[in-house]
Amino acid sequence: MPDVDAEFTALPLRQLADAALSRAGELGAEHADLRVERVRSQNVGLRDGRVESSRDGEEVGLAVRLVHEGTWGFAAGMEMTVDEAVRLTEQAVDVARVSAAVNSDRVEFADEPVYADATYVSSYDIDPFGVPEPEKLALLTDFCERLMAADGVDHVNASLYAVKENKFYADLAGTTTTQQRVRIWPEFVAVAVDRAQGGFETMRTVNAPIGRGWEYLTGTGWDFEAELAELPELLAARTKAPSIEAGRYDLVVHPSNLWLTIHESIGHATELDRALGYEAAYAGTSFATFDKLNSLQYGSPVMHVTGDRIAEHGLSTIGYDDEGVAGQQWDLVRDGVLVGYQTDRNMARLMDLGRSNGCAFADSSGHVPVQRMANVSLQPAANGPSTEELIGGVEKGLYVVGDKSWSIDMQRYNFQFTAQRFYLIENGRLVGQVRDAAYQATTTDFWGAMEAVGGPQTYELQGSFQCGKAQPGQVAAVSHGCPSALFRGINILNTVTEGGR
Amino acid sequence: MNPEFLRGQEIVERALAISRADGCIVIVNDRTEANLRWANNSLTTNGAMRSRHVAVVSIMNDAVGSVGRSVSTVDDLALLVSASESAAREASPAEDVMPLVDPADPAGEWEAPPAETSIDVFSSVAPALGEAFGQARSAERLLFGFAEHIMTTTFLGTSTGLRLRYDQPTGRVELNGKTGDRSRSVWAGVGTRDFADVDIAGLVAQVSGKLDWGSRQVDLPAGRYETLLPPTAVADLMVYLYLVAEMREADEGRTVFSKRGGGTRIGEKLSSHPVNLRSDPHEPGLETGPFLATEVSGQGTSVFDNGMATGRIDWIRDGELRNLVTPRWWAAKSGVAPTAYVENLVLEDPTGGKSTEEMIAGTDRGLLLTTLWYIREVDPQTLLLTGLTRDGVFLIEGGEVTGAVNNYRFNESPVDLLGRMTEVGHSERTLPREWNDFFTRASMPTLRIPDFNMSSVSPAS
Repeated sequence: MPDVDAEFTALPLRQLADAALSRAGELGAEHADLRVERVRSQNVGLRDGRVESSRDGEEVGLAVRLVHEGTWGFAAGMEMTVDEAVRLTEQAVDVARVSAAVNSDRVEFADEPVYADATYVSSYDIDPFGVPEPEKLALLTDFCERLMAADGVDHVNASLYAVKENKFYADLAGTTTTQQRVRIWPEFVAVAVDRAQGGFETMRTVNAPIGRGWEYLTGTGWDFEAELAELPELLAARTKAPSIEAGRYDLVVHPSNLWLTIHESIGHATELDRALGYEAAYAGTSFATFDKLNSLQYGSPVMHVTGDRIAEHGLSTIGYDDEGVAGQQWDLVRDGVLVGYQTDRNMARLMDLGRSNGCAFADSSGHVPVQRMANVSLQPAANGPSTEELIGGVEKGLYVVGDKSWSIDMQRYNFQFTAQRFYLIENGRLVGQVRDAAYQATTTDFWGAMEAVGGPQTYELQGSFQCGKAQPGQVAAVSHGCPSALFRGINILNTVTEGGR
Repeated sequence: MNPEFLRGQEIVERALAISRADGCIVIVNDRTEANLRWANNSLTTNGAMRSRHVAVVSIMNDAVGSVGRSVSTVDDLALLVSASESAAREASPAEDVMPLVDPADPAGEWEAPPAETSIDVFSSVAPALGEAFGQARSAERLLFGFAEHIMTTTFLGTSTGLRLRYDQPTGRVELNGKTGDRSRSVWAGVGTRDFADVDIAGLVAQVSGKLDWGSRQVDLPAGRYETLLPPTAVADLMVYLYLVAEMREADEGRTVFSKRGGGTRIGEKLSSHPVNLRSDPHEPGLETGPFLATEVSGQGTSVFDNGMATGRIDWIRDGELRNLVTPRWWAAKSGVAPTAYVENLVLEDPTGGKSTEEMIAGTDRGLLLTTLWYIREVDPQTLLLTGLTRDGVFLIEGGEVTGAVNNYRFNESPVDLLGRMTEVGHSERTLPREWNDFFTRASMPTLRIPDFNMSSVSPAS
């Protein structure tokens, strides 16, 4: 396991914590924590094999969050000095005082053991920030040139987004954690332009953004060589594909598409802060309200969904959350019934749920921790079918691969998704791609129509770097594992008809 | 404050003095912000934040190295300049190389300290909210929302001697009201520069009025309806259109603004109404930075254009597409004038003067929307977007609102809507609902669409 970067541990972390926490104690705070974060990022964009944009970033800062007379106070700054830590503590108390005018709910925390000096480093082999730039660019350029050289490819877009995140956390109860996570998100898109007819089509790789290092680009966890080799053919087939006839179809959905449907219709819907209304004015609420816990029939009996902060290579995986709660795994939906939520310490206490399951997270020192999504994953069936076997059971349907367009309402009922590829299934066999399809459904109808989930051999960990929530806006990375799955009788739209053409 | 902490202007001068690159651009963003967030008539989160981001863009042998960091001290700065130069040395030559922009008249007083905000900006807003929460509790209604104020001072300096500075205030308030059983939900929001013009009681009155409209509930099926899109909904659709209005992508045949047979749709009539869609950094009430500052190329911008003046640009004039976003290098290649994104957007019809209320009065039967939500691209060839209606769909009958209707998923293209709209109202300052976390400065009219495509019913409230 790699060590936490020495540059981060060389910051005066413990002096800052001592200064902030002792001042918070003097000012009468019931709870106080100090967080120091360093987020390194690299973004590279290539267009037709040439670097179009490239940027390295590093944001470092510190924040004090406290509870004073039952009200939150939060202040964030950037100077790594004892004076600044004390100033921020005093400012956070001021913020609590101004805010008391609008607060009527006293903040209290669910219990959690104290972790005196804990360290966590995520699972990766090669730190992407340690790989020489020319080596990284040579590989990305080579991948782009392979696509450019293929018949029918007019343009190629490629991007690489890598992040290394360090967090130090210390609270009044005595927990102190130091953590490091690495994640990477490469993507390649081939574009075909029909100038005469004025149309264009794209085809993107369906690899996942994932909690791994540079090794992900060179054969560990994904076979880019193989996928890039078949991408031009897949694009060409799409440009020639017939337009879909709207109507009801059975769907076999591959993990590269299903993850996003899970994210939107289960991941967000089982966030307790949404169910309680904390996001009502922005990200939205949830149809899965608290009174329905242990009774709501979310989907068919084959539906088993877990939340976790511990899956290896998971984007939401971490040792301890931003309230000092250790990573766990728990059930959200079991036998098709809603049985759990994602929580933080204040909500767990408020709703009498026992221990927090560790979902408090801030995307930087500049933002306050809020409840953010765990890795929310659909479990495969032990000894379950292969994807081919699922397809074999469909008379008239579509096989859906790779996410593309997505949208869902503010209570997580009505959604519409498109895909990189829709293949028509006739009598248990794939007969080629179709164009212009979108699937539209209501969450509980869709999951209720899930007849079968694939076996562990179909399971993939997919995910996103860019889940947005909260005001001020925060982004979080999250993974979703799932098998291929079979859904009966889903409504398919023709998007050209939808556009009135 | 730590005596080693450097002022933004010092950072610019010292970085340029240390730089050994052929060309160097330094951008300092000093930012303070304060916010309050509430739900169920009570506070949920809050904060007062200070941050600094310094970007150094080094140009060496036509290659670019861009590194951005939080910088406080001289040592941090030296490391940043050196990292930027290493990145440039390891990069291949850039495609968008142009001479750096020549010095211009300063946009602001260079030497003045950065503008700042603090939690005290809410000193009158917080008690007014507290009062509104009390009233809502007695009326068995719930208030949710967010108030935020941000001050960003940008210092931009280049090795060609350019020094520009701009203070950008950005503020917003969103108020969401629900009935006690949460079955009905409505919204009101405003953008502001300083909170002096924010009328909490006025926002509360808007929210209460719309909740009252909903006392009669009408279920209607999916279908095409005559629909009034209010300014905030129009803003979200037009911002989406603006973000894809790039010249290079259009030239390459890859957007809704590409022309069949090659080239772009510039010069084509998109609307039979004499509407203008424009950006202007000096638009009254919507003022924004009058020069380009970017630490990275791509998506219609180039680091070589840093400091380029961004005046008024008509994207659409008299209903005709006139300009697309074009960095200088692409403009030079394609023989057009360079343009850059400006952080405001105005849609207006100089002949359209009706208020939303007058347009309601002129409607026999139709729908009035409040906001749109979760807007995403379905088909980039036509800019077909999908999304939801949110926080109030109202039925208009005989020139009056007669009830509240269920929500819908829509599938529509803003480019098509410009072509199909039958009436354009008076343009007014509005807060885009969906995009206000990065785009708050807009002025839009209410639009009448004769056949808006409500694709399916959403049970959400």
